Amino acid sequence: MSPFETLKEKIREALPGLDCVIGWRQGFDPLHATPFFMRAPEDVEKLVWSPLCVHNLSTYLPSFRGKKVGIVLKGCDSRGVIELLQEKLVERENLVLFGLPCSGVADLTKLGRAAGDLDRVSAVAWDEAGFTLATPRGEVRVARRDALADKCLSCQFPNALEADHLPGDPLPPATGPDLGDEELAALEAMAPADLMARWAAEMSRCIRCYACRNACPMCVCRDHCIAQSRDPHWLSQEDSPREKLMFQLIHTMHLAGRCVECGECQRACPVDIPILALRRKMNRVVRELFDYQAGLDSQAVPPLFTFQVEEANIKERKW
Amino acid sequence: MPILAGKELRIVGFLCNWCSYGGADTAGVGRFSQPTDLRIIRVPCSGRIDPLFIVKTLLYGADGVLVSGCHPRDCHYGQGNFYARRRLEALKRFLPIIGVEPGRFEYTWVSASEGQRWQQVVQGFTEQVHALGPSPASAVFGACREIPDEKGGPRVAV
Repeated sequence: MSPFETLKEKIREALPGLDCVIGWRQGFDPLHATPFFMRAPEDVEKLVWSPLCVHNLSTYLPSFRGKKVGIVLKGCDSRGVIELLQEKLVERENLVLFGLPCSGVADLTKLGRAAGDLDRVSAVAWDEAGFTLATPRGEVRVARRDALADKCLSCQFPNALEADHLPGDPLPPATGPDLGDEELAALEAMAPADLMARWAAEMSRCIRCYACRNACPMCVCRDHCIAQSRDPHWLSQEDSPREKLMFQLIHTMHLAGRCVECGECQRACPVDIPILALRRKMNRVVRELFDYQAGLDSQAVPPLFTFQVEEANIKERKW
Repeated sequence: MPILAGKELRIVGFLCNWCSYGGADTAGVGRFSQPTDLRIIRVPCSGRIDPLFIVKTLLYGADGVLVSGCHPRDCHYGQGNFYARRRLEALKRFLPIIGVEPGRFEYTWVSASEGQRWQQVVQGFTEQVHALGPSPASAVFGACREIPDEKGGPRVAV
């Protein structure tokens, strides 16, 4: 029995005691999987597991708080769950975690670049080396490196870090290039004024749909987000790159020491603004200063929640 | 009579009520001459300062932001400046990625008795910001509009 079949069996066994199990099913076209809430044993047949299961389902967990639910997890998704457990936003005894070793998910933006128009892709297949898309102008072959999400190429946690069921052999960490690091290095090499102008140009595309916020597993304020509060009035309704960048910075600051770098914000962005770079930078700073990565240990104290009288990595500046 | 020749820049200072605000007062009482670019906002504690205050200030027209609190171990509330130090250091290292030069934001500790030191901090920081010149934010995002507030006076749009 394949690991996936084993997992389905486990879900069927667990389902009677649970409100639902969150997974993925086939979406509206061959390229999309969609989040799926299994409530009856026959639903489990519709569960899919493929490189198109891009969504981080842990985003849904706080809304099920107090109910017993199961959830299917990739390695990166499990970090979201651990972070939610750490912040006591979900209870461990109410969760059943079904992990699967993940060898990487597709980045539909990258596939779209190769295929031209994703809406006209009639079929998709994948193997070890890459993806094959059936388009009106013939088959398009996309190599793995050009098809997978950046995070997957250098993924350090391909297996769920916390799981009740983890069928299959654990996968080793990926050894591909760290494209996120390269992107940050390119940004940091720019002159400050040019860099700010670049952000302004990128943010001018933003339509303020807040998909980045809604997809983020750590954005748990939901209806109480300060971006929409009138008192304090952090953001106006003005449609300017300044306000839009300010929103991204609010998001980044509120994720400092919490972001698990699942990349959902950037994936969810309908206009492909490279906003993950901001979170990556903040994560790097937190790692430098406090030697801390979010979502690895549900018992750890988050670095901005504590202090040391003598900080190891903060030098007093002479002023 | 401004110490620095030429056009004034807009520098915003967030000062804790117990030490640095007192230190600035001491500098004033001692009649130490200081650059006049700095506008001071008094906060209860450096731990009260949300890093977003600073981000917003820099994005909406300030050329520099100075934060000053009690020396570590001297916080009026015991621990506020320890938390602040972590947040402010993380922010300081993050800001360059949005195109804010590192020198536009500094945080430091000044006690209520250090009037002389306050003068040096203001002088040093003002010179540092003048060396950088006006912030790129106004050129990139446009100047903030002046809008009348409820009482009719001019105020910077937020």
